[in-house]
Amino acid sequence: MSEIVIKNLTKRYEIRGNEVIALSGINITIEKGDIYGIIGMSGAGKSTLVRSINFLEKPTEGQVLIEGVDLAELSEKQLRKKRSEIGMIFQNFNLLEQKNVLENICFPLEITGSKKREARERAKELLHLVHLEDKERAYPSQLSGGQKQRVAIARALATNPNILLCDEATSALDPQTTAAILSLLREINEKLGITIVIITHQMSVVTEICNKVAVIDNGRLVEEGYVKDIFENPKSDAAKVLISGKEIRFTPLEHLDSSYKVRIVFGENSAYEPIISNVILKFQAPVNILKADTRNVNGRAVGEMILSLPDEEELQQSIITYLREKGLAVTEVTEHV
Amino acid sequence: MFDAKVIQMLLEGIKDTLYMTIVSTVVGYALGLPLGILLYVSSDKGLKPNAVLYRIGDFVCNIIRSIPFLILLILLIPFTRLVVGQSYGSTATIVPLVICAAPYIARVVESALNEVDGGVIEAARAMGASNLQIVFKVLLVEARISLITGFTITTGLLLGYSAMSGTVGGGGLGDIAVRYGYYRWQTDIMLVTVVLLILIFQVIQNLGTWIARRLDHRKR
Ligand SMILES: Nc1ncnc2c1ncn2[C@@H]1O[C@H](COP(=O)(O)OP(=O)(O)O)[C@@H](O)[C@H]1O
Ligand SMILES: [Mg+2]
Repeated sequence: MSEIVIKNLTKRYEIRGNEVIALSGINITIEKGDIYGIIGMSGAGKSTLVRSINFLEKPTEGQVLIEGVDLAELSEKQLRKKRSEIGMIFQNFNLLEQKNVLENICFPLEITGSKKREARERAKELLHLVHLEDKERAYPSQLSGGQKQRVAIARALATNPNILLCDEATSALDPQTTAAILSLLREINEKLGITIVIITHQMSVVTEICNKVAVIDNGRLVEEGYVKDIFENPKSDAAKVLISGKEIRFTPLEHLDSSYKVRIVFGENSAYEPIISNVILKFQAPVNILKADTRNVNGRAVGEMILSLPDEEELQQSIITYLREKGLAVTEVTEHV
Repeated sequence: MFDAKVIQMLLEGIKDTLYMTIVSTVVGYALGLPLGILLYVSSDKGLKPNAVLYRIGDFVCNIIRSIPFLILLILLIPFTRLVVGQSYGSTATIVPLVICAAPYIARVVESALNEVDGGVIEAARAMGASNLQIVFKVLLVEARISLITGFTITTGLLLGYSAMSGTVGGGGLGDIAVRYGYYRWQTDIMLVTVVLLILIFQVIQNLGTWIARRLDHRKR
């Protein structure tokens, strides 16, 4: 049975008579053990979607099934119990400022009525898991962002959930801390078998840790599948923009933008062959490298380049065919690099 | 400078003033805290919005707060008589003080709860907390500094009002100040009562600030 099934989910808000469609007709299936990314630009509807998974937001239409159970059919009390079995972490950590680290981690257990002693023991185990044993008595104001998120993760895991929802959990953190938190999440996924849903606007987060991804644009699901496939061969405009590094907003290369551009992606096996030099030698044509980068996609080093090709259309096609023959994924780039 | 009788009277005055202030603050909180929680919970951004309930609470609070205390004191004389059997003296003064304080405290509580970060409430809800748990385990805990500060301000306010009630026979230091300073022109006694009121106020304010600071873990 799938861990999370989102069926035909639509969410509309009414604001002073105006209707806002936050999500429309979303279908997503998440399997047990997945680290599932949901990516989209700001305002795309990601938070609304993740909040629908534990019914903090009730869908206008459609269903959410957790381990086969339709959340709409639960009573208020059953729903609260279900929520306590789904962990959630947030961009702003949302720790209780007036409680110390240990009390924060015990808090969900206090809510579900566990014994105080058992809760404390569990909290100490979790502090160990998130590598914060020495911060037991600290208050959130005395912690760094990364440490706060670790506490939030420990807190989210206190009730032994099968699912962990992360809404922009690394967006307030610097790159190093982000990497550390992501590797902690992967460790949790592997050690405890917890299904993780990661909401983000950063492609690097998805490629770093997720095995599957859904791309949300303007409240619609525009692309879904394995991260590797979408990274190599994005079909939707939204996915292309998210991949082509729009996270770096400023680009000094605009004068090169008039030319015909392609994006090529190559894996470890093709990295040793001097493909670009071969193209230049074979076709006797100049090829301009506009951008080159390597990324970690599901633990594999993946290279990505954006090339500007000569103006002749025939030549362009031959080059593309040649690159494809060499086993590279090639896509046309229409937006600015 | 004063004879034993006057000193005895001043001590009685201090005792009465503290009695009125403390009892009316405590009873005021007992009424104002639930009313403030009700206002917060039923407001349109609250845990369980209810426009009718909110509007009633809001209206009652505004009406009472818009009546100047001295007028409220006089208006409430029949009610006070009904409750305590007489309309003068310290115990009688507690009635209008409480009526005046409760809506004031309700507003203090409402605004303190409004200050609690919505994200923390969302996190609690995601853990499966009920609204009742959110109020008692999240809101009142996270807002406690604002609540204590509000408590201190209210106590100071009621200290002043209890003195004001002296003009209509309310008892306590205000009563002494009015009787001796205003009717008998004994300025020295009046000055002493004023100094005593200032001292009591200082103690309340500093104590409140000290407790609030001790209990605040947000930043140091
Ligand atoms: N409570 C709400 N009331 C009205 N509109 C909302 C509400 N929550 C979200 N929206 C709207 O839904 C859209 C998606 O929001 P959100 O899910 O927060 O996007 P994201 O998390 O992808 O940035 C936005 O246009 C937002 O204005
Ligand atoms: Mg969001």
